[in-house]
Amino acid sequence: MSAHWEDLPARAQSRAREGVRDLFMGVRFACTGGREGWTRMLLTAVGVGLGVALLLLTAAVPNVLAARHQREEARLNYTYSQENVPRADNTLVIADADTSYHGKDIRGRLVEPEGPRAPLAPGLTKYPALGEMVVSPALRELLASEDGKLLRERLPYRVVGTIGESGLIGPRELAYYAGAENLAARINGWQAARITEFGDPDPTSEPKDPVLLLLVTVVFVVLLMPVAVFIGAAVRFGGEQRDRRLAALRLVGSDIWMTRRIAAGEALAGALLGLVFGTVFFLIGRQFAGSVEVLGISVFPGYLDPSPVLAALVAVAVPAAAVLVTLLALRKVAIEPLGVVRTAKPPRRRLWWRLLLPLGGLVLLYPMLGQGRTHGPFNQFLVVCGVALLLVGVTALLPWVVETVVARLGGGGVSWQLAVRRLQLNSGTAARLVNGIAVAVAGAIALQMLFTGVESDYIRHSENDLLRAQMQVNVPEGVPLAAAAEKLSATRGVRQAIALSGTDAGDRPWNDERPPDPLVQVTIGDCDSLRQVARLPSCRDGDVFTLKGADHESADADTAKLAEPGRRLHLNASAEEPARQAVWTVPAGLKSARSVKDPTGVRRGGFLLTPAAAPAKLLSQGGGAVFLRIDPSVPDAPEHVRNTAARVDPLTVTTLWSSSERTKQFASLRTGTLIGSICVLLLIGASLLVSQLEQLRERKKLLAALVAFGTRRRTLSLSVLWQTAVPVALGLLLASAVGLALGAVLLGMANTPVAVDWGNVLAMAGIGAGVVLAVTLLSLPPLLRLMRPDGLRTE
Amino acid sequence: MSIGHTLLGLLESGPRHGYDLKRVFDEKFGHDRPLHYGQVYSTMSRLLKNGLVVVDGIEAGDGPERKRYAITEAGITDVERWLTTPEKPEPYLQSTLYTKVVLALLTHRNAADVLDIQRAEHLRSMRILTDRKRKGDLADQLICDHALFHLEADLRWLELTAARLDRLREAVTR
Amino acid sequence: MTAPVPGALLTAENLRKTYGPTVALDGAGLSLHPGEIVAVMGPSGSGKSTLLHCLAGIVTPDSGSITYDGHELTAMSDSRRSALRRSEFGFVFQFGQLVPELTCVENVALPLRLNGTPRKEAERTALAWMERLEVADLRGKRPGEVSGGQGQRVAVARALVTGPRVLFADEPTGALDSLNGERVMELLTEAARSSNAAVVLVTHEARVAAYSDREIVVRDGKSRDMERAV
Repeated sequence: MSAHWEDLPARAQSRAREGVRDLFMGVRFACTGGREGWTRMLLTAVGVGLGVALLLLTAAVPNVLAARHQREEARLNYTYSQENVPRADNTLVIADADTSYHGKDIRGRLVEPEGPRAPLAPGLTKYPALGEMVVSPALRELLASEDGKLLRERLPYRVVGTIGESGLIGPRELAYYAGAENLAARINGWQAARITEFGDPDPTSEPKDPVLLLLVTVVFVVLLMPVAVFIGAAVRFGGEQRDRRLAALRLVGSDIWMTRRIAAGEALAGALLGLVFGTVFFLIGRQFAGSVEVLGISVFPGYLDPSPVLAALVAVAVPAAAVLVTLLALRKVAIEPLGVVRTAKPPRRRLWWRLLLPLGGLVLLYPMLGQGRTHGPFNQFLVVCGVALLLVGVTALLPWVVETVVARLGGGGVSWQLAVRRLQLNSGTAARLVNGIAVAVAGAIALQMLFTGVESDYIRHSENDLLRAQMQVNVPEGVPLAAAAEKLSATRGVRQAIALSGTDAGDRPWNDERPPDPLVQVTIGDCDSLRQVARLPSCRDGDVFTLKGADHESADADTAKLAEPGRRLHLNASAEEPARQAVWTVPAGLKSARSVKDPTGVRRGGFLLTPAAAPAKLLSQGGGAVFLRIDPSVPDAPEHVRNTAARVDPLTVTTLWSSSERTKQFASLRTGTLIGSICVLLLIGASLLVSQLEQLRERKKLLAALVAFGTRRRTLSLSVLWQTAVPVALGLLLASAVGLALGAVLLGMANTPVAVDWGNVLAMAGIGAGVVLAVTLLSLPPLLRLMRPDGLRTE
Repeated sequence: MSIGHTLLGLLESGPRHGYDLKRVFDEKFGHDRPLHYGQVYSTMSRLLKNGLVVVDGIEAGDGPERKRYAITEAGITDVERWLTTPEKPEPYLQSTLYTKVVLALLTHRNAADVLDIQRAEHLRSMRILTDRKRKGDLADQLICDHALFHLEADLRWLELTAARLDRLREAVTR
Repeated sequence: MTAPVPGALLTAENLRKTYGPTVALDGAGLSLHPGEIVAVMGPSGSGKSTLLHCLAGIVTPDSGSITYDGHELTAMSDSRRSALRRSEFGFVFQFGQLVPELTCVENVALPLRLNGTPRKEAERTALAWMERLEVADLRGKRPGEVSGGQGQRVAVARALVTGPRVLFADEPTGALDSLNGERVMELLTEAARSSNAAVVLVTHEARVAAYSDREIVVRDGKSRDMERAV
């Protein structure tokens, strides 16, 4: 050795070579460690693999969102234009004819190209002629299936082609383009338009709501943090056994650094295999993703393409983290030739730096408090770091909390004493095991709070009276309402159809300088329908009523002012086209009626007109709403209604009422989080079980001795339960506290009043507790087996 | 045990009368068998003849037992040599027990019984020694231990022989 | 093989026990009188530990009978045998028997607590026993912090703390040097005699067996009562 002192470069070189050799030796140990070695390696690899797959998926999400957004924008037909585009050989008239079938949305467009140079929608090679349509593959499938029978009636067009991938945002999307005629007459500034090109004329790169974006960001951080913790735990599977093997290596002469390098090599082997597993899991999942649809969203496998930088980051960070975690774990363990010694009395854990992490997180998030959705997007970096720090704070605080609380525990029965003493001696292991669950629960609680808090913004709390009507069909202008109502009421499953059309009445025609004042509501319908709006003393066709008790404060007074018999009022006063205006003379013999809530939950004001009292010009313009009471016992009644409505006119808009409607985007995010949290908790439960079993095997002899001198199996089983339950309970408490704090901060950032949904907190804590119970139950059979007297045999 | 060397060693701390020597010897070494005075007398005269002791003085009175002995330089050297010379380990190759076992085998008697009876007897002695050791002082303990370890060695041989009895039977009856 | 001995506290006859293809006991038996110390000797693998496990009701023999105080042990349910072990028997093993996370006094008090004695009282009794075995100063230490000999003395204290009628000791000095081993044996036999507990002492060392009143030799799963052999 000393002879080489002078030859430093050569020494360094040989040292590097030794290092590599030790690493490889570790890799070889991992691969050739017999059945147990393989099991350990597989466990680690599967654990790391699951984590890696999740990471890759996350890395792909920005791409997915961007790709979907791009395609969505590219195929947009902008119908809200106020401009009057003249007919030319490069124009297309297009109308939205969306519908839904058995709860699934179908994107529908009616098209009428007006010249050879009409813009072609993405994914189409040519437009269908009248009576023909081009469909997405999923819609073609649905139409061909038994399940699609009713839909075939609604879309009576001949399928002549398929929409290509570039025209769809997902492989399972239902969409069609159908040829139509005379669409130009239907141009109305929102449903139908004449366009010269597809795409948003005013494209945005970040079209999303900042609060929604905040939610997405937080969801990812919250789901990824436990994955990181889990990967950390996964590379430590079977650590005790490995330590013993390293001790044996020390006995035959390897030094401390060699053993560390060998351990690092073992961890590296597991992590590398985990990367392979993860990539395979991800690729399988990706193919799978193309054929499934979660919450109405399907994704082309091609979109699930992690950005190379992020993928590379995963590929480097995971093995590096595995090695780092192993080395950190070994730091506290002295592997001596004759066995493994844990550094005798670890110093008491300090609180201050542990508190710094969550406090730092709060400090980062603090400036964004009260920002709401009006001040542009949140600073993503600050959000991610803040949330991550708060959650990492849980993992830092938990060991301290467990140590401090457990040190003060005492009393109780034998099982409790055994558990508490064990925890006192080694609270770190326990805390480490629970960390994952704590982080997952804290994040989930915060998310659930955020969801519940901002839910009101994303749920349209509908005032609709579901007892009186369950569906609404909006009949477009140009379609006679009475005829439509008649057809709808004759539809299978419809009990009653209430047809109401409406307009405004003003004291003078619309004029930009002097708008009509006052302006009151006018509702037209037959006597039966009007009874849904007001309490009528009596009603005959030809009657006119004035309403009292409207929701709108000044409506009653305005009505009274205008209700002078003989006065000429201007109807359709707010319509842009003067041609559609009508003049109506207030008749004598006005009746007064008290307004009641209409099917949409509104107390109307103004005038009620029976058809005979309404100007013919107004009635001929058509349009209005038909509210339908449905017989719930008739299967598929809503689909029959939609079919009738489509037959009446393809541009009718049919809505199925429910007590509240949740924005779809929001609902899928929330469900996704719940599924994600459960998966993460299960993953962590698995790692808990593995280490629990490992610990039990270590104590085989002791367990047998305890049983020999008459310890009840119940006592030992209970002690195992306490041993898991105590740290988990502490972890859940801490997680709840941190989760609530984080939730409150996030709500503050979204500028939404803080409200705690204790049900959600309990549910998350309950899931965590359930995991503990499951782990204990699953470790009982091996425990009982270990307690058999065979353990006493030394041979 | 060499009585001559032991007595010489006792003289190293100063001249003693023959009777005195016997008393000290019995106290320190003669737990089981006290020395006969005749043994002391004959030993001392042999030492005197070899020049390892001299007569330091004779007290008034009658009888040779009144002589006081002192150790010579040659005597001190002799004690030194005795203490530093290891005892020859004695292999009991032709022990009585072995003879008994072989004889039992040759005469088709139950050799295992011979061994077991001996075993029980050995353990009985060990029990007595253990008991005595527990009640005695340190010197008792050391002496008993010596005996116990020897008995234990015999016992081990008995056990080993019992385990190999079949092979031994083959060997001796061939 | 042997007729039931009148006045015996624990009698086992004709015990047979196999573990898979291995025959551990093949007609072994033993009788134990109150307060007597019986050594079970024999080469390793002869079945002496299995005999002890059967006698103590830890393992049920395949056939044969074990009578304790007039009750047939093999006919008892597991919970009754466990209760018997808790209250009537004490155990000392070679090693690995002390719960590493409990302090020594808590370890000694454990059997009392399993029987429902309140913690304070159990630990007071435990401490008295630790004094008798000269390990009272270790009360607050954990088993990992005491020497092998001290640990075995703590184990002996634990085995005797419930005032058992039978103490089962399986190679109690197996992991100790002769000096420590002797001290443990002296204290064990002294304490057992003074509390009138019978002892079944499994050992392969003659010097340890010499602390007994009589010995049994187990060879190839068969036992031989040496007193009757003489």
